[in-house]
Amino acid sequence: MIDVKHLSKSFGNHLVLDDISEHIHPGEKVVIIGPSGSGKSTFLRCLNLLEAPTRGTITFEGTAITDPKTNIDLVRRQMGMVFQHFNLFPNMTIRRNITLAPVRTKLMSQVEADDTATALLKRVGLEEKADSYPAQLSGGQKQRIAIVRALAMKPKVMLFDEPTSALDPEMVGEVLEVMKQLAQEGMTMVVVTHEMGFAREVGSRVLFMDGGHILEQNEPHAFFANPKEPRTIEFLSKVL
Amino acid sequence: MLSEFIQWLTDLGGRFHTAFIEGDRWKLYLEGLGVTVGMTVVALIFGVILGVVVAVIRTAHDQQRLGQRNFLLGILNILCKIYTTVIRGTPMMVQILIWGFVIFASSRNKFMVGIVGLGINSGAYVAEIVRGGLMSVDVGQSEAGRSLGLGYLDTMRFIVIPQAFKNILPSLGNEFITLFKDTSLVNAIGAAELTYEAMRIGGRTYDYMPPLIGSALMYLVIVIIFTGLQGILERRLRQSDRR
Repeated sequence: MIDVKHLSKSFGNHLVLDDISEHIHPGEKVVIIGPSGSGKSTFLRCLNLLEAPTRGTITFEGTAITDPKTNIDLVRRQMGMVFQHFNLFPNMTIRRNITLAPVRTKLMSQVEADDTATALLKRVGLEEKADSYPAQLSGGQKQRIAIVRALAMKPKVMLFDEPTSALDPEMVGEVLEVMKQLAQEGMTMVVVTHEMGFAREVGSRVLFMDGGHILEQNEPHAFFANPKEPRTIEFLSKVL
Repeated sequence: MLSEFIQWLTDLGGRFHTAFIEGDRWKLYLEGLGVTVGMTVVALIFGVILGVVVAVIRTAHDQQRLGQRNFLLGILNILCKIYTTVIRGTPMMVQILIWGFVIFASSRNKFMVGIVGLGINSGAYVAEIVRGGLMSVDVGQSEAGRSLGLGYLDTMRFIVIPQAFKNILPSLGNEFITLFKDTSLVNAIGAAELTYEAMRIGGRTYDYMPPLIGSALMYLVIVIIFTGLQGILERRLRQSDRR
């Protein structure tokens, strides 16, 4: 579904991603873990070109998204993204946050989009917040809305960039619950996270990144039970 | 010495009477004030439109993906840079004289010439204000818009500009005040605004003090009223933040 070949990214002289090749299959739940500064967020942000790769190619369902001639907006409509800091639009109601993109991109009429928003909000238990503004919500509620906003575009893959890192501890659960549901419905997901429990329970594959490389990857149970690289063992001993 | 001062004070009433009441001259001041306010409003609207266009071009150019620079955008960006540099680097008085005596030397509609001069001047300053406002919006906002598949212009229009607007409103208010006072420069090309009328009445009555002091007070009162309104508006906007 997403094919990454020889991806490198540097900011100035600082090499953040060093020649990464990886393939993400439909229906997979890929969880990326690693220390801060390892390049995991940059890798994720390259997948929908929020960061422009310095070298290498990324192909999404046969479309070379790194090709300058590709209309990146069309590709992004099929890739949902959830950010660490939610990035809800503070100047709009929740309903408009959700319906703006589907309506403006002509994916749906306003009526269809409103119905979609209502249905999705019901699913995450926030239908009574439709006419509130983001500033009136808690962090956990904001992040659930952000997930719903991305889902309203009916994406084929969802990218999560540390979705629970900015949350108060008691709100982490409600967001992970929504993500688990999404995984059970078969959504293809790429998740950068520090939630090892989530990685173990929901992930179909865990990637460990450090220094701009994917050092090790495995199916989660094997990954956590017997990590092979010394760097992985050291990291896991600190976080588990 | 003291008797001279008392004499000056007693004459004062008569001088102001000549400058304002005699021959219903106060109507001329009001007409001039009307022209001044009209010019300010039209020039500001003109300046804001121009400023937003320039600011969007400049930020669009600066935010392009590396290696995918748009040639047309590059040219527009250079034109915008020349525009802001020239306008902000030359005195407003000289600009207005150039508009009135060089570019539109044969035009009789001094009101329009004044508006063009003021609006084009204001646009350069508004462009910098708006550019600062656009940059003050968290980059995560436009990333969120773009990640949903919205194009650059839609993201600006629905997400970034409305949020930037709130941040730039105070500076825009100050620009309005500056522009309002700067309309007095247009009297140099003979547009019949407040200062022009005051000077004309001063010339006719051989006494410049009452009309000039009077017009200064009129400018001051309007600025004080506007500053008050601005304060109320800003407090309202801040309240909606704390919702």
